[in-house]
Amino acid sequence: MTKQKLVIVGNGMAPGRMLENLFEKDRDAYDVTIFNAEPRVNYNRLMLSPVLSGEKSYEDIITHGDDWYAEHGVTLHKGARVAEIDRDAKTVTSENGVTASYDKLVIATGSSPFIIPLPGKDLDGVLTYRDLDDVEKMLDAAKRGGRAVVIGGGLLGLEAAAGLKMQGMDVTVLHLMPTLMERQLDPAAGFLLEAEFKRRGIDVRTKANSHKILGDDAGKVRGIRLDDGTEIEASIIVMAVGIRPSADLAREVGLDVNRGVLVGDDMRTSDADIFSLGECVEHRGMCYGLVAPLYEMAGVIADNLLGASSEYTGSVTATKLKVTGVDLYSAGDFSEGDDREEIVLRDASAGVYKRIVLKDNKIVGAVLYGETSDGPWFFDLLKKGTDVSDMRETLIFGQAYQGGSPLDPTAAVAALPDDAEICGCNGVCKGKIVTTIKAKGLTTLDGVRAHTKASNSCGTCTGLVEQLMQVTLGDAYNPAAVTPMCGCTHLGHDEVRRLIKSKELKSIPAVMQELEWTTSGGCAKCRPALNYYLVSDWPDEYADDYQSRFINERVHANIQKDGTYSVVPRMWGGMTSSKELRAIADVVDKFNIPAVKCTGGQRIDMLGIRKEDLPAVWADLGKAGFVSGQAYAKGLRTVKTCVGTDWCRFGTQDSTGLGIKLEKFMWGSWTPAKLKMAVSGCPRNCAEATCKDIGIICVDSGYEIHFAGAAGLDIKGTEVLGLVKTEDEAIEHVAALTQMYREQGHYLERIYKWAKRIGLEEIRRQIMDDEAMRVAYFDRFVFSQKFAQVDPWSERVSGKDKHEFKPMAVLTKEAAE
Amino acid sequence: MTADIRNWVHIGTLEDIPREGARCVKNGDMTIAIFRTAKDDVFALEDKCPHKNGPLSQGIVHDGCVTCPLHNWVISLETGAAQGADEGRTAAFPVRLEDGRILIDLSYSHEAV
Repeated sequence: MTKQKLVIVGNGMAPGRMLENLFEKDRDAYDVTIFNAEPRVNYNRLMLSPVLSGEKSYEDIITHGDDWYAEHGVTLHKGARVAEIDRDAKTVTSENGVTASYDKLVIATGSSPFIIPLPGKDLDGVLTYRDLDDVEKMLDAAKRGGRAVVIGGGLLGLEAAAGLKMQGMDVTVLHLMPTLMERQLDPAAGFLLEAEFKRRGIDVRTKANSHKILGDDAGKVRGIRLDDGTEIEASIIVMAVGIRPSADLAREVGLDVNRGVLVGDDMRTSDADIFSLGECVEHRGMCYGLVAPLYEMAGVIADNLLGASSEYTGSVTATKLKVTGVDLYSAGDFSEGDDREEIVLRDASAGVYKRIVLKDNKIVGAVLYGETSDGPWFFDLLKKGTDVSDMRETLIFGQAYQGGSPLDPTAAVAALPDDAEICGCNGVCKGKIVTTIKAKGLTTLDGVRAHTKASNSCGTCTGLVEQLMQVTLGDAYNPAAVTPMCGCTHLGHDEVRRLIKSKELKSIPAVMQELEWTTSGGCAKCRPALNYYLVSDWPDEYADDYQSRFINERVHANIQKDGTYSVVPRMWGGMTSSKELRAIADVVDKFNIPAVKCTGGQRIDMLGIRKEDLPAVWADLGKAGFVSGQAYAKGLRTVKTCVGTDWCRFGTQDSTGLGIKLEKFMWGSWTPAKLKMAVSGCPRNCAEATCKDIGIICVDSGYEIHFAGAAGLDIKGTEVLGLVKTEDEAIEHVAALTQMYREQGHYLERIYKWAKRIGLEEIRRQIMDDEAMRVAYFDRFVFSQKFAQVDPWSERVSGKDKHEFKPMAVLTKEAAE
Repeated sequence: MTADIRNWVHIGTLEDIPREGARCVKNGDMTIAIFRTAKDDVFALEDKCPHKNGPLSQGIVHDGCVTCPLHNWVISLETGAAQGADEGRTAAFPVRLEDGRILIDLSYSHEAV
C-alpha cells in the first residue's frame, strides 16, 4: 500500500510539534512535505528574546535541524511561500514553482505582527518582532548604537526592550495604556514591572499615543512624535503591539475564515481534508498567541490524521515574561467584580506582589510578581476549579504553607497530583515526567528534556522539573553536577557538599557511611575533596585528616620530580629585608641547597631539599621570623603588590600596605583550589592584578575589586566585582568573596570556573548588593581563620608529625642476616 | 627452592605507621616503603613508582592501593603492579605481622618490571 501524502504549509512550532506527535505514534503513515516561507529549519520562537539579549545563539534554539528532516524522510522546501492551493486537484504550489499533491493538508501559517497604520510606518528602520530576521535586524541596529523606541508594553515589546538594552542601546518603551502588560497584569504588578524596567535604565512612557514616525531625507527613521507633541529621537522603531492570524491564504482558497481560519474541535477546517492549527486559527471564538494551546492542538491533529477522533476544547493560558531577572506569572481572569474577592500579599522590601482572585471560593485569576514558584500550583487549582475555602487563610503563601509548617520545596512538588501541569509550554504533567524517568531510567535533566519535552522550550519550569527528578530519584539525582565526584560514589560535588551540611556529617567515615560510598575507604580523588569540604564547613570541629591530603599539604613543602622538596617562606606582599635575605643565604649554605629561585609570586624558592632536612630548614627560617608561604596549598598563596604611593609617582593608594594587610588577614585559609591575589596601585597594573584569582586595582576614588582571572592552563582577564571606597571595605569584600567560593567551590575548581558555574551576576548580587549576606560570609571567614592561622612549619619544628620526616628503620647488612 | 629460606627482619611496630599512611626503611641504596591500610594490613614496596620513580611512600593510601604523588599512577600494595591502563610493576616484599611487630623479607620479592 502506498503511503498517504501529507503537506504542511508553514514550519513553525505548532506543525513541528504535530509532526513529533505523529511520528511518535506512527512513523510510516505519511510522506510529508513542508513549505516554509522562512529560509531555515524549525526553531523555538519562544527563545528569540534570549537570542536578542545575547544569552543564546540561533544554534541553541533550533528544534529540528536538517538531520531531523532527513532522518524522518520529510521534504522541506525552505524559502518557499505557498501561492496557490487547488482543492479539487489536491495540490499545493509555491511562489517559486514547486508543486506537491496531498491527501491531507495542514495550514499552519501562523500570525503576522500588527503594524499600526502610522505615517512613516514604511520608513527604513521600522521593525517588528516576530522571527529571526527581525532579531537579526535588531542586533544589527544595536551594533550601531543609538536609541530604540519600542511601541507596545506587552509581553513581546518588553522582551524586545530588555534585549535591546542588554545589547547596549538606549531604549524607550511607549505604551498606550496606563500600565504595562495590562492584559496579563493588574495595575499593581504593572507598576512593579515598570519600576523594574526603569531601574534597568529603560525609559518607559505609559499613556503614550504615537502620532507620526519621523524620517530623514534618505528615508530612514530618525524619531517619533507623540500625540502630545513630544518628539523622541530614535535610530529604530520596533512595533510590538500584537499579532493577527495570517489567514489570507485560507480565505483565498475559499475556506471559512473569520478573524482566523475557522476550525472545529477536531481541528478540521470547512474542508474535511484540510486541518489548521496554531496562531492562524480561530477556535470557539478564540485566537491564541501562546504556545501551550498550539501544542494541545498539535496533539489532536496528529491523532486525527491517524484516524482517531480526538477533540480540542480550548485552553486556559498562563503567561510568563522571559526577561532574565524578572519573575512574573499571570493566569486566568483578574478583573474586579462584585461577585469576586481577592487576596493580596505585598512584601515591598523583597519586591514581591501576589494577588489571587476568587469567585465562589474558586481561583479564577492569579498574578505573581517577584516570587513565582507557586504559579503552577495556583494555575492547577484554577484549571480544576478546586474549592479553596479550607485553605483560604494561607492560600496566598503558597503550597508549602498548606497543612502545617513550611515544607521544603521538593515536598511541595511531591504533593502535586499526577495531572498537575509542570511545563506549560509543552503541556507536560507531573505523571508523564515521573513515569518517563522511571521507564527510561533517566538521571539527567537533558535526558528528561529529550524524552518528555518538559523544560525544553522557554525553560522557566527547569527548577520544578529538577525538584521532580529529586523527588523521583532521591539522592541519585544531583541537579548541578551530574558527573559523580569519582568512582566511589554516584553523587556529584554539589550534592556531597549540601549533604555534609544538611546531615551534619563531620568526618570522612561519616560521609562515606551516610552517603553510601561504594568503596570502603575512598580513593585519591574523593578523599582530599572530602577533607577540604569538612575543613571548610566545620572549621572548629573537624580534625584535618592528613592521610587524605596530597603529600605537599601533608609535609608543607612542594615535592619535586626527584623526590626532594622545595621550600618557599612567606614574604608579606613581596617585601623583604637584608635580615631575611641573610637568613635565607645562611640556610642555603648550611643545607647545601642546590637551587634558589624567585617565584612568580614575589618570593624566594629554595629547591632540592631532602625530606629529612625539612624540619631543620624550617627551624632556621623560623628563627629569622619566616613562616610557611603555603606555596603548596589549595589555599591562599601570595598577594603580589606594586610599590604604590610609597614610591611610585603614579600610585593612587598604598597598594603594598593593602597587600600586606590582606595577606596577613587571609593567610592559612584553605580554599577549593589555589588562590592567588594581587594589588596594583594604579590602573597601569604592575602587579598584574587582572589575571589573578582575586585582584585589586587602586584608583583615585577607591579600590576596584576584580576576580575570576586565570593565567595558567587557561588565560582569562578578571571580571569586575565592584568599586569600594576604603581599605576596610576592600578587605571585607575580598574575604566575603573568598568565603563564598570556599563554601560553594568544587575541590580543585579555580575561582574563575566556579564563577562561571554560579554566574557573575549572582556573585555580585550576594557580595556587592546584599550587605547582610556579605557580612555573614565575612564573619564565617573570620571564624574559620581562628583555626587556620597556625604556622605549619613551627608546628613541625616542635615535633608534630615527626614520623613523616624520619625513616622507620635503617637496615645494615648485618641486620639483614 | 629459596622459598623456604626466609630472611625475616624486624623493622618496627604497627604503631610506627599512621593508618592509611606509610614510612620508609632504608636498606643501603634502596628505600622501601612500608604501608599500613585502614584495616591494619601492612605491605612493603620499593619506594619507586614504575613510571618516573616517584616516592610511593608519599602517596595517598586507599583500598589496597597507593596513588603516586608525582603523576597519580595507582599501584597495588600487594603486587606492586600498576592499576588501570598503566603498565609497570614495583618490587613488592613479603611482610609478616607478629603481635604488632612488623617483619619483612628483603631477600625475596616479586620481580620489578
